[in-house]
Amino acid sequence: MEQNFVYKLFGDGIIMYSLFVIIPLTFLLIYALIAILGELKIASWVQDRLGPMRTGWKGVLQPLAEVLKLMQKEDIVPDAANKPLFNLAPYVMFTGAFAAFAAIPFTMNFVPAHLNIGLFYIFAVGAFAVIGIVMGGWASNNKYSLLGAMRGVSQMVSYEIPIALAILSIAALAGSLDLQEIINQQSGGFWNWNILGGNGSLWKVLVIPFTLALFIIHFVGGLAETNRIPFDIPEGESEIVAGYHTEYSGMKFAMFFFAEYANMFTVSALITICFLGGWQSPFGDFLNQPLMQAVWFIGKSCFLVFVQIWLRWTLPRLRVDQLMYVSWKVMTPIAFFCFIAISVWSMLR
Amino acid sequence: MEYFKKIYDGLATTAEGMKITLEHLFGKKVTNQYPEIYHPITSGDMPPNSRNRLFVDMSGCDGCNSCAKACPVQCIEVETVRVSPDDENIPDMNNGKKRKMWVTKHEIDFAKCCFCSLCTLVCPTEAIYMTQEFEYSEYDREKLKYNFSNLSPEEVEEKTKMFQEYQAKKKLEQEEKKKAEQEAKLKEAQPEETKQEVTVSKTVEEKPAELSAEELEKQKAREERRRENERKRAERLAAAAKDKEE
Repeated sequence: MEQNFVYKLFGDGIIMYSLFVIIPLTFLLIYALIAILGELKIASWVQDRLGPMRTGWKGVLQPLAEVLKLMQKEDIVPDAANKPLFNLAPYVMFTGAFAAFAAIPFTMNFVPAHLNIGLFYIFAVGAFAVIGIVMGGWASNNKYSLLGAMRGVSQMVSYEIPIALAILSIAALAGSLDLQEIINQQSGGFWNWNILGGNGSLWKVLVIPFTLALFIIHFVGGLAETNRIPFDIPEGESEIVAGYHTEYSGMKFAMFFFAEYANMFTVSALITICFLGGWQSPFGDFLNQPLMQAVWFIGKSCFLVFVQIWLRWTLPRLRVDQLMYVSWKVMTPIAFFCFIAISVWSMLR
Repeated sequence: MEYFKKIYDGLATTAEGMKITLEHLFGKKVTNQYPEIYHPITSGDMPPNSRNRLFVDMSGCDGCNSCAKACPVQCIEVETVRVSPDDENIPDMNNGKKRKMWVTKHEIDFAKCCFCSLCTLVCPTEAIYMTQEFEYSEYDREKLKYNFSNLSPEEVEEKTKMFQEYQAKKKLEQEEKKKAEQEAKLKEAQPEETKQEVTVSKTVEEKPAELSAEELEKQKAREERRRENERKRAERLAAAAKDKEE
């Protein structure tokens, strides 16, 4: 808290706390607009077409048009829907995505809440999304929504286990659950990033395969957490109409939409903190000022978001049983194995 | 071992897929930015016989109404006024012939037109033909009724009035002509009357009798012929009926 630049500027008062909420929220809004545009454009370019070109210069105002369209749509609530649950579901899901921003460090000096169990907190809060999806699916009074929601629950819960093992390994490697501590230990250039074994002697090349495997496991699990293809079953665009957000329209659908993009960023941010060095510059101390650190952090997270979008247009959707197979029979054993290896390494270090 | 092979396969095929996707990401796009960069008419890709919006060249239209009759959806309406011979210095039609009809209204309703081009096939002067224009949407359906006639309403009135005057004039002339003929006939009849005074009464009396005698003969002949024809017809019908039964 003492190092926090907002605290230094405004003191410990209501302004500081509101800024802690407003700054990540503004960032998230701007990021969501860019992510929507990025998804539309990248999706089109991968498919050999140009995408939106008419709104604004080469289509850059398209996200604005989409937001305006969603805001002015009629808010339809099905007659037999469970009104309280139906109305709250999108906001619960968005809360789950946004609450993690309380503990994510953007720079050396900016963490809204410098928790010493930051890693655990982010992981716990990510589970809110599950409740949001179940509420949405159940309250819609629609069998397709319910089906999507049930599958969504099973998918998200079963993929949280490999992610938990991955971040446990990182905690073992760093010796702490504090996010700033984890990032500080990865200072000194990209050779010290956790994906390449964390800081340590040259013997760490032995542990590189394990960290690499854990990185992939965490990334795939993150894809499943945000219901991106190939783990698209809850949304299932062509199978079950639109899954748990079939019955939503207008502002609530915009909330679900926004929550999905926010979740993407949260997951990417967690992966960059754990494996890619957070806000550390890859050149060691060169270009390591706080402003540049924010650029590095956002750049790395956005690169991972780009990879998520890239994967969306490469792979087909996994079937439900294939999904469960991958989670329980492939990712969990391998994550266990890697965890053991990394624990041994960190013990010996 | 199967297990590890499957894991490896999954990862390897994903990587291969991602490589392909990446190539397409930076490859050439196939979208046609219409109409700024590519337009079928300006690029010459429009087929020469394509059937799009019609155009009527009024200098060639002679008001024959063939296009309206040939149209299967009756979207053409043609109204004409005859050219009165009093009208001087009217331009010839574009095939060199003298113009006989003014076309006062030649309206095509493009909301109904089905682009079959039958009207272009029957036009004797090829005044109606298909252009390449296909982007002429309107917000108001009434605006799709194109009137191709190049006569302004004042000109239309003028031409109709001229023609009516000409007709009236002609009628007067005809009546005068008739009167003159009748008078001439009467004049011819009068001098003959003074010459043949005696024979007038005879001829007046006899003529009806002659006429009636001749006429009676003619009538008789006619009736006989009619009876013959009827008999023959009855025989023919009976023969046909018999053939049918057989």
